[in-house]
Amino acid sequence: MAAALQFRNLTLGYDRHPAVHHLDGMIESGTLLAVVGPNGAGKSTLFKGIVGLLPPLAGGIERHGVAAHDVAYLPQAAEIDRSFPISVYDMVAMGLWRRAGLFGGIGAQGRHDIEHAIASVGLTGFEGRAIATLSGGQMQRMLFARLLLQDARVIVLDEPFTAVDAKTSADLFDIVKRWHGEQRTVITALHDIDFVRANIPETLLLAREPVAWGRSAEVLTAENLLLARRMCEAFDDKAALCADDVVAA
Amino acid sequence: MYDLLIAPFSEFEFMRRALVGTMALAVGAGPIGVFLMLRRMSLVGDAMAHAILPGAAIGFLVSGLSLFAMTAGGLIAGCVVAFLAGLVARVTELKEDASLATFYLLSLALGVTIVSLKGTNIDLLHVLFGSVLALDDQTLILIAGNATITLAVLALIYRPLVIECVDPGFMRSVSAAGAPAHLAFLTLVVINLVSGFHALGTLLAVGIMMLPAAIARFWARDITVMILIAAVAGMVSGYAGLLLSYHSGVPSGPAIILVAGMLYIASLLFGHVGGLVRQLFPGKHLEA
Repeated sequence: MAAALQFRNLTLGYDRHPAVHHLDGMIESGTLLAVVGPNGAGKSTLFKGIVGLLPPLAGGIERHGVAAHDVAYLPQAAEIDRSFPISVYDMVAMGLWRRAGLFGGIGAQGRHDIEHAIASVGLTGFEGRAIATLSGGQMQRMLFARLLLQDARVIVLDEPFTAVDAKTSADLFDIVKRWHGEQRTVITALHDIDFVRANIPETLLLAREPVAWGRSAEVLTAENLLLARRMCEAFDDKAALCADDVVAA
Repeated sequence: MYDLLIAPFSEFEFMRRALVGTMALAVGAGPIGVFLMLRRMSLVGDAMAHAILPGAAIGFLVSGLSLFAMTAGGLIAGCVVAFLAGLVARVTELKEDASLATFYLLSLALGVTIVSLKGTNIDLLHVLFGSVLALDDQTLILIAGNATITLAVLALIYRPLVIECVDPGFMRSVSAAGAPAHLAFLTLVVINLVSGFHALGTLLAVGIMMLPAAIARFWARDITVMILIAAVAGMVSGYAGLLLSYHSGVPSGPAIILVAGMLYIASLLFGHVGGLVRQLFPGKHLEA
């Protein structure tokens, strides 16, 4: 199986302080990977690095045969202006950007795909509703419909099931499984350890530094989870230069 | 009725010119105002209106009441202030609103100083309150040309502009078109204020931009409908304001804005979408 993403001694962070420290590893194409770790472990930071919103402090990410526009990203706290006067239909239609671009029409095929995507997330009948009227769960369903239309090879989901009810997360996870079945690479941050053990084949346990990476059952042991919690120390304003880098220099 | 509503325009050419000018202005400024409002930048129009003053004043100082010089000066000053404010906001800790405030105040002080160095009070009044009743061919062409450019550019950047407003994170993740679209939009704001100040003056130019947008917010839930309503509301205000000015003798620029203000208050009270009367007397709740 070919690699979709390769991390080489990747360090990501803010203002020189690392939030993801010395990550090495490879995500194979078609993998369904859970990224697990305490709050502040660097999960969101890693995702921003993967989608190219945050340049690495050191090391790098290689995308093998995956163009930047082949990566779709659902951030944890999307910066959506919910009061904006736009309908669910138009919002989902944004997912066709790659096909339609700045000026292209959507066409009959596009309209069909939009309706299909809206139906897949169970929002049929909501097409004309303003996004301001959606509940949190409906909002997340709508964003999944948009992701469906983006038709990306790599899909990055930052805590997609936080703050949605069981029915919604089950429905949305069906879509994730469908993506996995279609050989797409799906990387998702999750908090429910039992859920990950039961449903996701591969896990990266992160606590700034990678704690373990491999088959979910082997990674998510009690010892590893305890270790992860301890390693997530606070941001130190007076931290010295990273020893690894000093030695390397 | 004819005497009241139509005669002023059929009898006097200057009234016809004023009508054409305000119509063109409303068509361009309305949609811009809607985007400013939705981006929570309503006061940016006001700040930019002040910012173009020194440019227009320098143009005036150099070549008197020359349309070209004052327009070019206004455009340059507006774009410089918009650019500097954006730059400072990006490079330093100062937020965009604060840095815009500093530059527009500087710009305004500079403008008033320049005007007072040479001009008489009458000239200053012309710059501040415009002269919708004295639009010559050149000015009309400028205003109509600006409205045309505005609509054409808006059509070009409409998609990225809307997406950037609703979901900037998504826009960044699919395309780099967001930032250029935003810049083009700011330029359109400046262009419309410059054409507005010939007709209504710098202080009121922003009124024909923001009041119709605020009116539209109370009548539509969809941005395309909102843009249409804003343009129509601007045109109605222009027409009714000119009539008010003709029959009562009040200055035309303020009259247009006052009419727009009355439409706004009516919308605020009786608007379909979130109007006060609807909020106070919502009626019985529905079944589902």
